Amino acid sequence: MTAPEPVSGESGPEVAAVPGVATVRGTGVRREALYFAVRNRKLVGGLAVVVVFLLAGLVGPLLVGDPLAYVGPPAAAPSGEYPLGTTTFGQDVLAQLLHGLRATFLVGTVAALIAGVIGMLVGFTGGYRGGLVDEVLNMITNIVLVLPVLAVLMIIAAYLQVRDVLVQAVIIGLFSWPWVARAIRAQTFSLRAREFVDLARLSGMPVRRIVFREIAPNMASYLFMVFILLFGGSVLFAATLDFIGLGPTDGISLGLMLNHAKQWSAMNLGMWWWFVPPGLAITAIVGAMYVMNVGLDEVFNPKLRET
Amino acid sequence: MTPAVVRLDRVSKRFRVGAFGRQELLAVRDVSFELRAGEVVSLIGESGSGKSTIGRMILRLTAASSGTITFDGTDVTGLRRGALKEYYRRAQGVFQDPFSTYNPVFKADRVLAMIRWSYFPDVGEQAWRQRVEDALAAVNLNPELVLDKYPHQLSGGQLQRLLIARALLLDIKLLVADEVISMLDASTRIDVLNLLADLKERGLAVLFITHDLSLGNYLADQTVILRRGSIVERGATTAVFGDPLHPYTRTLLASVPRLGSKWTDEPLDPGPCRYHEVHPEGGPPLAEVAEDHFVACFRLHEGRKCG
Repeated sequence: MTAPEPVSGESGPEVAAVPGVATVRGTGVRREALYFAVRNRKLVGGLAVVVVFLLAGLVGPLLVGDPLAYVGPPAAAPSGEYPLGTTTFGQDVLAQLLHGLRATFLVGTVAALIAGVIGMLVGFTGGYRGGLVDEVLNMITNIVLVLPVLAVLMIIAAYLQVRDVLVQAVIIGLFSWPWVARAIRAQTFSLRAREFVDLARLSGMPVRRIVFREIAPNMASYLFMVFILLFGGSVLFAATLDFIGLGPTDGISLGLMLNHAKQWSAMNLGMWWWFVPPGLAITAIVGAMYVMNVGLDEVFNPKLRET
Repeated sequence: MTPAVVRLDRVSKRFRVGAFGRQELLAVRDVSFELRAGEVVSLIGESGSGKSTIGRMILRLTAASSGTITFDGTDVTGLRRGALKEYYRRAQGVFQDPFSTYNPVFKADRVLAMIRWSYFPDVGEQAWRQRVEDALAAVNLNPELVLDKYPHQLSGGQLQRLLIARALLLDIKLLVADEVISMLDASTRIDVLNLLADLKERGLAVLFITHDLSLGNYLADQTVILRRGSIVERGATTAVFGDPLHPYTRTLLASVPRLGSKWTDEPLDPGPCRYHEVHPEGGPPLAEVAEDHFVACFRLHEGRKCG
C-alpha cells in the first residue's frame, strides 16, 4: 500500500477544526495506531532498549558458560578475558548478568501476565456487572490485598524444597493482582456510565465485546502501564525474596547478583563491576518501559499527538 | 387511530440509595402513556423529574422496577440477549451529549460500522457504502466531511445528525430522542428539529424528551408533563398548551420568559381539582377531563389539599 498521508483537521469549511490533531485518512484504527507508533520516538527508543536487553537475555546465555562455575581469578576487575570482571569467588560477572537477564525477564513477564490477567478479569467483571458479583469479587480482592505476602511465602517455601524461577514467578503473580483489579474496577465503573457504552448496547453488542472493544481501549495505555508496573514490581519483589533466602534454589537472577554483591561487601571493596551492571540493567529495562508507556499514551490518545 | 407502537403501563422505577441501599428513591411512579406510528410525543419535565429514566427504560438500558412496556405487542422489560438485539433493530435512541456518546479513542463513523457488525455482517462493502451515503444524505450530512474523522473534529450538530443517520441504517419504528438539541446552538437546533419532523413523516414514533417547552410545542402531537416521576397532565399538544389545567403545568407555562414582557410572580388560581370532579373517590392516576386530555390530582405536595 502507499504510505498514508497525515491530514490535519481543517480540511473542510464545516469541520470544527481542532488544530494540531493529526489523523490518517482512509485507514483502520489498528493501521493508524501503527502509523503513529513507528513515528513516536519515545516508544521506538524505549522498545529498542528493552529489545536489546531481551536479546541479550535470550541469546547471551548460549554464548557464555555456567554462571555459577568458578572460572577465573577472584575479584578481578574488567579485562579482555572477563569483560565485566569476576566475583569474589572468581565467577564470571558477564555470564551471571546474561543468565540473570533471562531469569529477570522470565519472572517479570510470567508474574505480570498472571497478575495482569487475574486483575483484569476481576476488575472488568466487578466494575461492569456491579451489584452482588462486584461485592463478592471486591471482598476477595481486599482479602488478598491485606494478606501478609512474606509470611505466606515463607510457608510456601517451607513446603517447596526445590524452587526454580518459574515457581517464584507464579507465586509473585498470584499475590500481586489486587491493586490491578481495584484500579480497573474503578475505571470501569466510571466508563460504564458513559453514553458510548449505552450506544454500544443499543448496537446489539454482547457484554464481552463492550468490555474489550469499548471500555478497555479507553484505558489501553493504562493497561500497558499496569504490565510495566507489574513487571518492575515483580523484578524487585523477586530480588526481595532472593534476599531473605526464598529465591530460586538453582540458577541466578539480577536480584541474586545484587544480593550476593551486597553480602560480600562489593561496595566497600570497590568492586563496582559486580553490582553496577545488574542494577543498571534493572533500571534501564523498567525505565525504558516507562518511556514506552508515555509514547503509547500519545499513540492511543489522538488528543496528545504532535503533528 | 393507528395502533400504539409502544405502550407504557403503570411503569415505576425505584433506585436504592444511601449506605447499603437501605433507602429507596421512587424516580418514576405509575407512568402510563403510548406512542403511535407517525407521532411525536414530547415528554416535558424539569431536571430530575424522571424523564430520561423513562427513555432509558423504554430502550431497556435501565430495568423497570414494575409495570410493563409493550412494543408491538411484546413486553420488552424481560428481553435478553438475542431478543434484545432484535428489539434494537426496531427501536433506537439518540442522547443528550453528542460528545460523550462517541467513544473518544475511535473515529466517529465507527458508530455506523457497529451497526454493520451486529446487524448486517453479510452486506458487501459497496452496498454498505451506498446505504451509509443514503443515510447521511437523509440527515443532510456530507460524507466527505464527517466520515473518517474523530469525534472532537466534528461539531455537536454534525455528531448528533450522525447518530440519527446511524439509527436510520436500521429499519426503526421508534426513536427515543433524549434532550437531543439542548447542547446545540440555535442555528443547528432547527436542522435537527426539522429532521425529527421528517422522521415523523416517514411513520416513525418519536419520543422527544425535553425540558424546553417551546421546542416540545413546536414538534409534538402529544405532550406528557412529568413532575417528580409522575405524570401531572397529558394529552394532545393543542389541549395541554392551549388549555393547561394542572397548577404545575400552568406555573411551568407561566415561567417561560417572553420577549417584551417582564416576568411577574402572580399567584395562579387553578380552581377546584379537576381530577376529583371526575373521580370523587379516587381511582386511576389520571382523569380524562376532555377528549384526549388527562390530568392528575391538583395536589402539589403532601400536606396540601387539592383545589
